[in-house]
Amino acid sequence: MSTEWPLWEIFIRGQHGLNHRHVGSLHAPDAEMAVKHARDVYTRRNEGVSIWVVPSNAITASSPSDKGPLFEPSNAKVYRHPTFFDIPDEVGKM
Amino acid sequence: MSVALDLDVALFEGLCRLGDSTLVLGHRVSEWCGHAPVLEEDIALANVALDLIGQTQMWLGLAAEVEGKGRDADALAFRRDVWDFRNLLLVERPNGDFGQTLMRQFLFDAWHQPMLKALEGSGDPRIAAIAAKAGREVAYHLERSADLVIRLGDGTPESHARMQSALDRLWPYTGEMMMSDDTDRALADAGIMAAPDSIRPQWNALVAEVLSEATLKAPDHSFMHKGGKQGTHSEHLGHMLATMQWLQRAYPDATW
Repeated sequence: MSTEWPLWEIFIRGQHGLNHRHVGSLHAPDAEMAVKHARDVYTRRNEGVSIWVVPSNAITASSPSDKGPLFEPSNAKVYRHPTFFDIPDEVGKM
Repeated sequence: MSVALDLDVALFEGLCRLGDSTLVLGHRVSEWCGHAPVLEEDIALANVALDLIGQTQMWLGLAAEVEGKGRDADALAFRRDVWDFRNLLLVERPNGDFGQTLMRQFLFDAWHQPMLKALEGSGDPRIAAIAAKAGREVAYHLERSADLVIRLGDGTPESHARMQSALDRLWPYTGEMMMSDDTDRALADAGIMAAPDSIRPQWNALVAEVLSEATLKAPDHSFMHKGGKQGTHSEHLGHMLATMQWLQRAYPDATW
């Protein structure tokens, strides 16, 4: 039996209307305790209104060594970026 | 005139009982800082300690104001001796192991939360305001300590044994929280503070529920220590104050 608690990834929503954002990770015996720990570790300075916890081992990540094949091909495809349009000022920030 | 004066004396006493209990428990819990079993618990304990010290500033600040002798919360915390402290004996118990620290916290929180709820209805708006603010913090303290007592009580044979032994050890210090003396009764009659014995039914119900879920058994014996609220303390408080007060004692009015 492993004596180390499992690792959890913590996501916090800063204010209503914003997305939950990854803030870090911590150890906890289960999801409920992970929420309590997240409250104590990551919201000490009034950072959040909502907490999500996800078991770290439930996350499937891309491999750093695949970075080239995965991402570089899009560098050459400027036509995918809508930079050829003039945006009227009235539209504001997009 | 003399009635009003007596009530102020009782109020100062009552506020010191609240503020000294949060101060001493806050300091005890802070002793874990950097020593807790895991980082997450270390931070959680430090948060609880800081909440309690913050509440102390409010209670002792008001006590000093009521006293009207030019003292402030710091003077009360750092320049009084053991016999002037009015905290409950329970909170001056040494930390022991993590189980004892948690059990002490739970037994106190189970009293603290309903007491603050009752104080929200105080006829003194200053007390009602402090109780409302502190109540939100203490609701979380109680949720956390009750949850951990259940998890560790109903945990491994080792954690169960440690929690049961912590309960046996601390139980005789719980009665004092719910004993009312003349000061308590004077404040209750004036509608300023809830009488400690009025908290008994809620404390009993909450503690029974959590202990049963935690598969722990309260000791049968009914002997209860008392005296902390009147200034008669165990030998542990003096040692704690020596650590807590030495800087202000050695360098009075030192500033950061």
